[in-house]
Amino acid sequence: MKTDELVTMLAAGAGAVEAGATARRYTAALGWGAFGATLLMAIVLGVRPDLAEAARLPMFWVKLAFPGGVAAGALYAAARLSRPGVKLGRVPAALAAPVLAMWLLAALVLATAAAGEREELIFGSSWSACPLFIALLSLPVFAAALWAMQRLAPTRLAISGAAAGLLAGSVGALVYALYCTEMAAPFLALWYLLGMLIPAAAGAAIGPKLLRW
Amino acid sequence: MRRIQVEGRVSATEDRLRDLMVRGLGGDNAAYHSFLRELSARMRAFFRKRLARLPDDVEDLVQETLLAVHNQRHTYATDQPLTAWVYAIARYKMVDLLRRRAGREAMNDPLDDELAVFASSDTEAADARRDLAKLLERLPERQRLPIQCMKLEGLSVIEAARATGMSESAVKVGVHRGLKALAAMIRGGDK
Repeated sequence: MKTDELVTMLAAGAGAVEAGATARRYTAALGWGAFGATLLMAIVLGVRPDLAEAARLPMFWVKLAFPGGVAAGALYAAARLSRPGVKLGRVPAALAAPVLAMWLLAALVLATAAAGEREELIFGSSWSACPLFIALLSLPVFAAALWAMQRLAPTRLAISGAAAGLLAGSVGALVYALYCTEMAAPFLALWYLLGMLIPAAAGAAIGPKLLRW
Repeated sequence: MRRIQVEGRVSATEDRLRDLMVRGLGGDNAAYHSFLRELSARMRAFFRKRLARLPDDVEDLVQETLLAVHNQRHTYATDQPLTAWVYAIARYKMVDLLRRRAGREAMNDPLDDELAVFASSDTEAADARRDLAKLLERLPERQRLPIQCMKLEGLSVIEAARATGMSESAVKVGVHRGLKALAAMIRGGDK
């Protein structure tokens, strides 16, 4: 087939294209993914019984705001990376802001704590399980975000996969926060972040294979 | 001085092509046809310059890029410079090709800047080595038939649905998936 024939073929009956494809894909992916993550938590872990009580503590909302902020940054990153020729722009700042804020708070808490309390503030009682549970709960959004991205056109596959993974990890952490009883800022700054980074690393690894188009 | 002239020319091309593309996205198939035709000449000149050592691959890469531009055209946001969008796709497809060839020769990124993508035009098509018509024949029937009816014989969706006995939405999905499958075959066949 000659190139001219291909051009004629592609243009024939091409028709109109709906605008807003990126937004639609990610809305669907996030909706289904978050639903899946919540369901998974309810089945595997269960919701903490004192959730209503916990919701009265300011730290509970910090615990949601941290992964929530990372999720917003990761969604912004994924949406930009899914379209050819769009620069990252303010993505690094959007991702760094919630992390730095959390670290600052953690540093403050550690600095003002008595020496004997610090270990408890960092490790809590569930440090070894927390990152793994977050990674587990990230799976539904992970699959959904990659599904959305595959239908768009990322040109930097490793970093796009990482953005999809970080989005999944942060939603996973957001959902996990409804189960987890840890309330110390240093714990969140360390183990929640690690939990979010596990799917991000996995995304960077499989992105180049899975996202090719 | 020369740089300024090139930029002026490129930006006139950008405006014209962008206008055609936007009209195409709105459903104007004639404008979209003009867009793809001019784009193919730009792509040919762009790749010919950069693939001096692989001249036989140029036309295949032009076709692969056109197919990619078509399949991913929903990712173009009209507030974005078309130059940047096209350049990113052309670059992605070229790096992909070079990576597939990387077994034979070490690869270094041969690209310069995105303005170059519209800087020159070459309407003399060489023959493609890969025949897309043959690849089309390998598609499953539910994709091949809608593409033949709509894309090659120029039937409308309604006519194509009647001719194939498929529903209208199945015809549309068949065309869409068929062209994506075609791009996937091209990717896989070169390994």
